[in-house]
Amino acid sequence: MGRLTEAAAAGSGARAAGWAGSPPTLLPLSPTSPRCAATMASSDEDGTNGGASEAGEDREAPGKRRRLGFLATAWLTFYDIAMTAGWLVLAITMVRFYMEKGTHRGLYKSIQKTLKFFQTFALLEVRIVPTSVLVTGVQVSSRIFMVWLITHSIKPIQNEESVVLFLVAWTVTEITRYSFYTFSLLDHLPYFIKWARYNFFIILYPVGVAGELLTIYAALPYVKKTGMFSIRLPNKYNVSFDYYYFLLITMASYIPLFPQLYFHMLRQRRKVLHGEVIVEKDD
Amino acid sequence: MSHRVEILDAKTREKLCFLDKVELGHPQWYPARQSLRLDPKGKSLKDEDVLQKLPVGTTATLYFRDLGAQISWVTVFLTEYAGPLFIYLLFYFRVPFIYGHKYDFTSSRHTVVHLACICHSFHYIKRLLETLFVHRFSHGTMPLRNIFKNCTYYWGFAAWMAYYINHPLYTPPTYGAQQVKLALAIFVICQLGNFSIHMALRDLRPAGSKTRKIPYPTKNPFTWLFLLVSCPNYTYEVGSWIGFAIMTQCLPVALFSLVGFTQMTIWAKGKHRSYLKEFRDYPPLRMPIIPFLL
Repeated sequence: MGRLTEAAAAGSGARAAGWAGSPPTLLPLSPTSPRCAATMASSDEDGTNGGASEAGEDREAPGKRRRLGFLATAWLTFYDIAMTAGWLVLAITMVRFYMEKGTHRGLYKSIQKTLKFFQTFALLEVRIVPTSVLVTGVQVSSRIFMVWLITHSIKPIQNEESVVLFLVAWTVTEITRYSFYTFSLLDHLPYFIKWARYNFFIILYPVGVAGELLTIYAALPYVKKTGMFSIRLPNKYNVSFDYYYFLLITMASYIPLFPQLYFHMLRQRRKVLHGEVIVEKDD
Repeated sequence: MSHRVEILDAKTREKLCFLDKVELGHPQWYPARQSLRLDPKGKSLKDEDVLQKLPVGTTATLYFRDLGAQISWVTVFLTEYAGPLFIYLLFYFRVPFIYGHKYDFTSSRHTVVHLACICHSFHYIKRLLETLFVHRFSHGTMPLRNIFKNCTYYWGFAAWMAYYINHPLYTPPTYGAQQVKLALAIFVICQLGNFSIHMALRDLRPAGSKTRKIPYPTKNPFTWLFLLVSCPNYTYEVGSWIGFAIMTQCLPVALFSLVGFTQMTIWAKGKHRSYLKEFRDYPPLRMPIIPFLL
């Protein structure tokens, strides 16, 4: 994909492929088609022109920039800078907490408001391109799920070590990713940021997934005991829902989803950093 | 090893055409799997396309793409629909290992549960019969992976619905017999409507042909919905499921209806768009699936 050169990537709003190091919790579609792969690539993070133009890029000349309206570019730039800053603040708060207290206990509590704010703000990342709205949407919803339906709702697990694990993974990933976008938009992308973006994920991704899974696992006993978020029969709508089993299924879904995304990222990395031409499986 | 194929006129022995340098060795690429196109990333050429009418010079270059294993539409439909029919009955008869053992092979004491079973079964039997005797398909095959996707959807939802409706702890509708009667009326009317549309569409297209014409209302009042929508079959189908949802007052049924409605709307919009593209004189009053709205 030609766009994954500096020049192309530097085009306004051009999100290059691969969401480096994003420990994406539930990752959705399998990238079995170039459009799917392409949209996975860019739309993991954003969508926009990411999705559509990734697909379109096959037919366009490499290096050709997408022209976004001025308003969209301005908004995106502001958004990216704000997110970079937000996650940086989060990172710094976490480091300071640990330096002062020497323990991770109470860490989540101290950063929860900021975390919730910036992670929820990511809802605005879902763009209008039809294919990638789905992918980005699932991506963001799984983060929201983790933050609001697990750590926020199940207080006893907030001091688990696994929480720190995914918090660290998410923080480093997001800082790298949003600064990558910011510098790309501003046409001044330092190589080390691109390098970070396409290499950090190799470690961060599994670390993040491990953190998330361990956290959900730790939450299971509380969920079972309290029967939270669950509906039993009989009821007048003739439906039932067991949050405990829902979580088990969620954990199981990581098994098919994680490797797909991971290998997809590795392929993106080879393309971007090593200029390899990789032929995606077509429809 | 390459071959040369000659086609001669049977009467005059005149050489009509020949194929040179034919490489054999891919017997798995049966015709239904072949996609030939003028551009590697372009649309497939149709079987009916004539070489002379295509924008090619004296040397035509066609690109081949393997569409992957194919399966016939009829096979897919039959499998998709037989599943729910059978699965629902497993739950209705409370086959062991679904509900507690003390409920094995027991029968619900609610009339609506029996009625629901009749309606659900009727619906899928109708679909099976239509697949065998009514529908005329414009494509012979679809990719094999579709059957797994489709069956998961149909069979999964059927099991989910059937589980609750036939559950020993099932709660009948809040407004009792009134609600059930109303729902049944909606269901029956929509089933008749849906069938009428299928028949009307069948009559539009002669057997074995792939022609497309604008459908119009016939003498059958159920087809008068064609005045307002392009795909009244989908309209009636949604109506049937809404009726079934009201009848059973079961949230999973409502969710199934919603998902089905979403998918059918996408299809209806696509169909509507192709009608508009193909026919200049397409009736402007018509909406894709919901009169005046959608």
